[in-house]
Amino acid sequence: MATVSVCQYHPGGFSFENCKRNALLEADINKLGFSSPAARKTGTTICGVVYKDGVVLGADTRATEGMVVADKNCSKIHYISPNIYCCGAGTAADTEMTTQIISSNLELHALSTGRLPRVATANRMLKQMLFRYQGYIGAALVLGGVDCTGPHLYSIYPHGSTDKLPYVTMGSGSLAAMAVFEDRYRPNMEEEEAKRLVRDAIAAGIFNDLGSGSNIDLCVITKGKVDYLRPHDVANKKGVRTGSYRYKHGTTGVLTKAVIPLNLEVVEESVQTMDTS
Amino acid sequence: MSEEMFPEPEWLSEEVKTGTTIIAVTFDGGVVLGSDSRVSAGESVVNRVMNKLSPLHDKIYCALSGSAADAQTIAEIVNYQLDVHSIEVEDDPLVCSAATLVKNISYKYKEELSAHLIVAGWDRKKGGQVYATLNGLLSRQPFAIGGSGSFYIHGFVDAEYRKNMTKRESQEFVVNALTLAMGRDGSSGGVAYVVTIDKDGAEEKCILGNELPRFFDQ
Repeated sequence: MATVSVCQYHPGGFSFENCKRNALLEADINKLGFSSPAARKTGTTICGVVYKDGVVLGADTRATEGMVVADKNCSKIHYISPNIYCCGAGTAADTEMTTQIISSNLELHALSTGRLPRVATANRMLKQMLFRYQGYIGAALVLGGVDCTGPHLYSIYPHGSTDKLPYVTMGSGSLAAMAVFEDRYRPNMEEEEAKRLVRDAIAAGIFNDLGSGSNIDLCVITKGKVDYLRPHDVANKKGVRTGSYRYKHGTTGVLTKAVIPLNLEVVEESVQTMDTS
Repeated sequence: MSEEMFPEPEWLSEEVKTGTTIIAVTFDGGVVLGSDSRVSAGESVVNRVMNKLSPLHDKIYCALSGSAADAQTIAEIVNYQLDVHSIEVEDDPLVCSAATLVKNISYKYKEELSAHLIVAGWDRKKGGQVYATLNGLLSRQPFAIGGSGSFYIHGFVDAEYRKNMTKRESQEFVVNALTLAMGRDGSSGGVAYVVTIDKDGAEEKCILGNELPRFFDQ
């Protein structure tokens, strides 16, 4: 009778002690009346849709720090591999670093297999990493791409669960965007229709959710081609001021003018050569 | 003017759960598994068409409930372990082996995981079998139900289950149970997935909402 011993026992494992300590510290700080610095989050509306020839990913461009907009034009569609891109919602640093780590690992994997990476591989790598950190990495992702088996779209949650669907939305504006999708999605759409649908879904998130705003970025992925449209639509243009508050030259009268030269001597001069070989 | 600025999105704090109703029944010659398709994060539904019947091997499936991440991860790990095992023994694995692998993970990480998987399938030695693995227990049963929606149908399944049903009767039993649970449990809904496994293999079917049987509904 064969024994199954593929699972090696790892003593130790990841220690979440610091998370408990942080929670206690947070409570103590709040009791004293101070508040800990808020992590920069991408409030966000992100979405993706599978159409006839590939995948269209869309995202807004607002990054918030508490209730202040930290970045009016941040890029939320991250590169994973030439045929796979990933939108990220949640803590900006987490989505940025997670996608970069997986992108790097996937490139090594692709060099090792000698093939273009598959979307399912990127999905597995992401979900296994997020599950390992038990949701403490606050990254909610929409992963889309086209590989040898066709176009694929996944949504990945911070705790490590994934869903494979024809259309997905994530972020604080996800409900607004999903409403647009549920109304107008059809299987096998043409590219223009799919781009319009994603643009409208993100616009719904931008205008109806406080955490999303500014412009709409799109990424259209087909077999052999990627169109990164940034910005695809400037939904919120800054208005033109009608009046000017600048004062004319000579508004303030000059009463006296005194010029005092400062005589400085060179005390020490040293030259350090740089090794430019 | 409402002062609810920037309410934190639910999915950031809430874990994604498969609210769920899952059920597995043996009949003479195989098993029938059934599940609903709703996945919720807090109050909102994040996936209304998720297939919670996950293949562990050709003729062994498991039904997922509880935390979506935990359940998916257990199913994928056991799928991998069974693949290796079946290559080692050069034969299809036993349902008992699959259930034991699931039970081992569920028991060892009892405190950290919150997922309940029902394992069911067909093998040459004992035919159709259903195993419940709640909290690390391993128990072979003629039928098993699980998930939040199962509480509403305990009475129904206890009353309606009969030994030695035919394949068709078992499928009807499963669909009826799912429909009743989905009708009363807020966390279950969507479509019904039914998988029938016998010696010839596994047959998957999806029953849309409007094709489900109708019960008393004022």
